[in-house]
Amino acid sequence: MTNSPNPATSTKWAVLRSSPASRICSGAMTLIGAALLAAPQFFGANVVQQLTSLFIFVILAMMWNALAGYAGLVSVGQQAFIGLGAYGTILLSQWGVQPYLAMILAAVAAAALAAILSLLVLRLRGGQFAVGTWVVAEAIALLVALDQGLGGGTGTSLRGLNVYPREVRTAFTYWLTLGFTLLLVLLLFFLLRNRTGVALQAIRDDEEVAASLGVRVWPVKFALFVLAGFGCGAAGALTLANTLFIQPQSIFGVQWSAYLIFMVLVGGLGTFEGPIIGAILFFVVQYEFADLGAWYLIGLGLIAITFALFLPRGLWSLINDRLHIRLLPVGYHLLYPRVRGPGRGGA
Amino acid sequence: MNWINAIIQGVFLGGLYALFACGLSLMFGVMRIINLAHGDLAVVGAFGVWVVATRWHLSPFIALLLVLPAMLLLGYMLHRTVLARSLRSGPLTPLLTTFGLAIVIQNALLQIFSPDVHSLGSLTGSISTGSWRLTSQLSVPYQGVLVLVVAILLLGALQFILQHTGFGREMRATAQDPETAELIGVPASSVYARATAIAVATAALAGAFLAIHSTFDPSSGPTQLIFAFEAVVIGGLGSIWGTLIGGIVLGIAQTIGATLDPQYSILAGHLVFLAVLASPRGRLIATGTAIT
Repeated sequence: MTNSPNPATSTKWAVLRSSPASRICSGAMTLIGAALLAAPQFFGANVVQQLTSLFIFVILAMMWNALAGYAGLVSVGQQAFIGLGAYGTILLSQWGVQPYLAMILAAVAAAALAAILSLLVLRLRGGQFAVGTWVVAEAIALLVALDQGLGGGTGTSLRGLNVYPREVRTAFTYWLTLGFTLLLVLLLFFLLRNRTGVALQAIRDDEEVAASLGVRVWPVKFALFVLAGFGCGAAGALTLANTLFIQPQSIFGVQWSAYLIFMVLVGGLGTFEGPIIGAILFFVVQYEFADLGAWYLIGLGLIAITFALFLPRGLWSLINDRLHIRLLPVGYHLLYPRVRGPGRGGA
Repeated sequence: MNWINAIIQGVFLGGLYALFACGLSLMFGVMRIINLAHGDLAVVGAFGVWVVATRWHLSPFIALLLVLPAMLLLGYMLHRTVLARSLRSGPLTPLLTTFGLAIVIQNALLQIFSPDVHSLGSLTGSISTGSWRLTSQLSVPYQGVLVLVVAILLLGALQFILQHTGFGREMRATAQDPETAELIGVPASSVYARATAIAVATAALAGAFLAIHSTFDPSSGPTQLIFAFEAVVIGGLGSIWGTLIGGIVLGIAQTIGATLDPQYSILAGHLVFLAVLASPRGRLIATGTAIT
């Protein structure tokens, strides 16, 4: 953090990391985080279950935004890792691993698979990467559906969790979700705050120029792809724990990608705060309108197109551009002297 | 004999995939974007042909002739309204908008036509059911030959347009450097709009042949997009005839997979695609060009 000179008296330029808003907000988020931990004490199992699915959306939106917003990798295949996390948990619990431990291990396994798959899909760029990840997701879904031990095409349930009473089960799942969310927020936060974050944005803006300026493109993309595999794997495992039943068509379905694109585009692509806002919005929209079926999805698609065309940096940019607020100190911003008077220019 | 039959069927299936891949490859070559709604636009074409053919009791082939100009117009309008704007905001936006468009098209079709499975096979009579019998176990279906011939003609026509006409030169110039092309009087947006129109019309053509070959429903689009993309990558982004080879390789992989077990059909195609991606040639894909 830079020692910030007072803008009213200083005539020097200064590059700042944090601002009063981001300091207040970082503090407030810590408090909110602590309050959220206590939620199962005050609310019933239904509310806790809903909150869990909200945080799963937050995790997914952050991971997709990390890929698309920071590394320029638009993935239509993150459902591969969502499904792997869920089916990994089933497989491990069939082998006798305690279900909650199985969920964590399954997320790690999804990250390991992402590391292997990155050798293939990171060879592709832009639209090729998008469809390439989609093919990988389809291939994995077909492989899983072939395995009768995992329920084949009809789906399967996580029996290991049925031994716990419902209140206890939902509370544990919620805390685990909160733990994963916090871990991923922190991982992403530190990744974006150090030089990797700058490298990532350079790659997103122009990969060739970034490479020619000495940014090592591959390791940075690799790190994010593996992180996103881990996060999406965790989200899949948590979805399974939250609903207890999964089918390959739905957990490996491309509708996940539609939801993710909606959340991140509406919230704000390439911002830290945007996906969180988008996830909350999507949670509300889904709660209110999901019964409309096809019309609901037509609406999601149209809104996503509108945002992509007319407000590409999402709702967060509206707030940010007007108020210059950064809730989390991930970027840099310029403080310049406000000089009033003729002949003395400011930018 | 089973295997030879599988390979023959695969070649014809490959013709269909090459038809799907043609428009995808054209748009990628000229504009550097992958239209994620390509498969769904093909399904729109298939539904268009189905509606015209059943309402006025026309042969699907005549219906196709009526639908193609409408799809040309649709493609043109698509570029003027959505794609032109999204191309201006960087390389990611066209992906996001075409994916959104794919969701909208699929669900609009679902709302209009219900999730029922349709086919044009029954309307084309002997073309979709008949075949030449070579031996007791080997037969060559009429519609397979027809699709392959149409695919070869379409790819040949595209090759001819690109290499020997003024519009083709404009497309190649714009593909190489849109700014410089504009400087010498070739407006990129006009070239892009015409290329999109052609791509959408070829998608509709492919959709109609899919409908004749087998069945289609509102959610058939993404699968066809994936097959088209696999055909383009297997054949190598870089040549028009590579697309045909890629389609045929994918088709043969699927029919041989299906011979082992019907469940392996699509999976076998995906695995061949991933193998190509893993091969040393896969390294070159990201930098490849579709139009040379």
